[in-house]
Amino acid sequence: MSMRKVKNQLFIAFCLLSTLFGLVVLSSVLYSLIGKGIAGMGLHIFTELTPGPGSFGGLKNAIVGSLILTGLGILIATPLGILAGTWLSEAHKSSKIAESLRFLNGMLMSAPSILIGLFVYKVVVVTTGGFSGWAGAVALAILALPIIVSTTEEMLRLVPTTLKEAGSGLGAPRWQVMVKLCYRSAGSGIMTGVLLAMARTTGETAPLLFTALNSNYMTTDLTEPMANLPVTIYQYAMSPYQSWNDLAWAGALLITSFILVINILANVLPRWHKARKAGKKA
Amino acid sequence: MLVHFALHNIMQALFNSFMQRAKVIDGDRVFFRFSFASSILIFLVLIGIILSLIDGGWLALSKFGPGFIFNNQWDPVAGEFGAAAAIYGTLVSSLIAIVIAIPVGLGTAIFLAELAPAWISKPVGMAIELLAAVPSIIYGMWGLFVFAPWFSEGFQMWALDNLVNLPLIGSWFDGPPLGIGLLTAGIILSFMILPIITALTRDALKTVPNVVREAAYGIGATPFEVITRVLLPSIKNAAVGAGILGLGRALGETMAVAFVIGGANRIETSLFMPASSISSTIAQQFNEATNALHISSLISLGLVLFILTFVVMGAARLLLKKR
Repeated sequence: MSMRKVKNQLFIAFCLLSTLFGLVVLSSVLYSLIGKGIAGMGLHIFTELTPGPGSFGGLKNAIVGSLILTGLGILIATPLGILAGTWLSEAHKSSKIAESLRFLNGMLMSAPSILIGLFVYKVVVVTTGGFSGWAGAVALAILALPIIVSTTEEMLRLVPTTLKEAGSGLGAPRWQVMVKLCYRSAGSGIMTGVLLAMARTTGETAPLLFTALNSNYMTTDLTEPMANLPVTIYQYAMSPYQSWNDLAWAGALLITSFILVINILANVLPRWHKARKAGKKA
Repeated sequence: MLVHFALHNIMQALFNSFMQRAKVIDGDRVFFRFSFASSILIFLVLIGIILSLIDGGWLALSKFGPGFIFNNQWDPVAGEFGAAAAIYGTLVSSLIAIVIAIPVGLGTAIFLAELAPAWISKPVGMAIELLAAVPSIIYGMWGLFVFAPWFSEGFQMWALDNLVNLPLIGSWFDGPPLGIGLLTAGIILSFMILPIITALTRDALKTVPNVVREAAYGIGATPFEVITRVLLPSIKNAAVGAGILGLGRALGETMAVAFVIGGANRIETSLFMPASSISSTIAQQFNEATNALHISSLISLGLVLFILTFVVMGAARLLLKKR
């Protein structure tokens, strides 16, 4: 074999090995997650509260708290994000303000999440005088906001200009064209962005550490520290107690499956939408 | 009568058109003002983050001055705080991460985009993207409970026998085989940024038109030559941007690092030793910090991290935009 062929074979082998490397890591993570997670799983996870040191219990309050915090965060971020994305998509191409806001949105998206936690700590926790569910929800909303903004803008840009012209031609004011035509046409895409934002915020731990904190009680009072899965997993996994470690793995399996389901939903939703549209036409 | 009728009509018409116009202008105004206000919110939040970090860190910054960055003492009991050890840990662990993730990510991207048939590259590509969906706390747990024990026995023991005597880099591997430490943190980070680098370079490779490949293969080049001499140079900006973006992610990553880095505020040559990063120090100490100077020093660390990531991410975005 010539030198060229040898080099080529080595190169292909390297690329193949790199791919296998990633797959091995993924399967090892999933394998231990499922193996150790199922061992700690059971009905008690959903019916019992988080236990004290060394004793047994479930994750009920943490699951409820996480659902509340994530739901509220998304609820705050979605209208703001969609409106901001709308403005960016409608701004003139040469607009310097829109250009810089787009850049800043990217920077906010990549800001380390722990700094968002510090920011909310300074602005909400210190001024209101204590850790609270509200603070946690605000931190998650700030994380979700830039994701929703950028997907909304992208999706609205895909709406054909002819559709907008048709709307304007019928005498509809611009806001009605946006709300009644563009949002409807880009709806499934925007929904995908919201789902992706939800998937991202669900597993976030760092911004909750100094905002929602954690709690061993079942509470729906948003002015109190609120139990949540990520911080519970962190505390229980770092502890020396076996029963806590088991709960941490069960919680980890729960949260990862939830995120995977949302991710799959976000992938499938636009396709369903398309298929339904095509079906209607036929 | 006639005049009255005409006047009435004119008034009616004027009134109607006024009402219509008022309605039109109002709806648009309200809607676009609200949406503009929402987009300005992005700017306000970002400014708010900077201001709150400066405000919160002011006490420590004014006490220690620029020496804060260069002092490697972090002693909450004595009230002396310097960021050097945490900055060192952050930079070195992120550097290890990209040194591993860039070649592996590039190799994976090339395999998926150029070498593998579609029935392999589609599911495998999705699997690699799945790696990005796994939250960082899961990587932390897996790193601590699964990877660290294996790493201690499988690599560190071996390295202590075989790598320590190497010139120059030997001292990197001279330390207790704890499984956790700076090197472990860097490796876990590399797994986390692998999917980003892979996805971005794979997508860039897909934008290269097929005629370019056909021309290169047509003159008898091997896949290796086509990829390294034709395709990679044409996606150079995107590939470098992807690497820097990965670096930016690694710098700010908190939970995964907090699990495996060990939490020691020292600068050591050995990569096996426990260390700390900026984000892991904040995560581990913030809730336990009681005196104002300690809290303020932690927030100053946050400010340093913000500046680091802002510069790195800004550079990545400019590179990715320029094609």
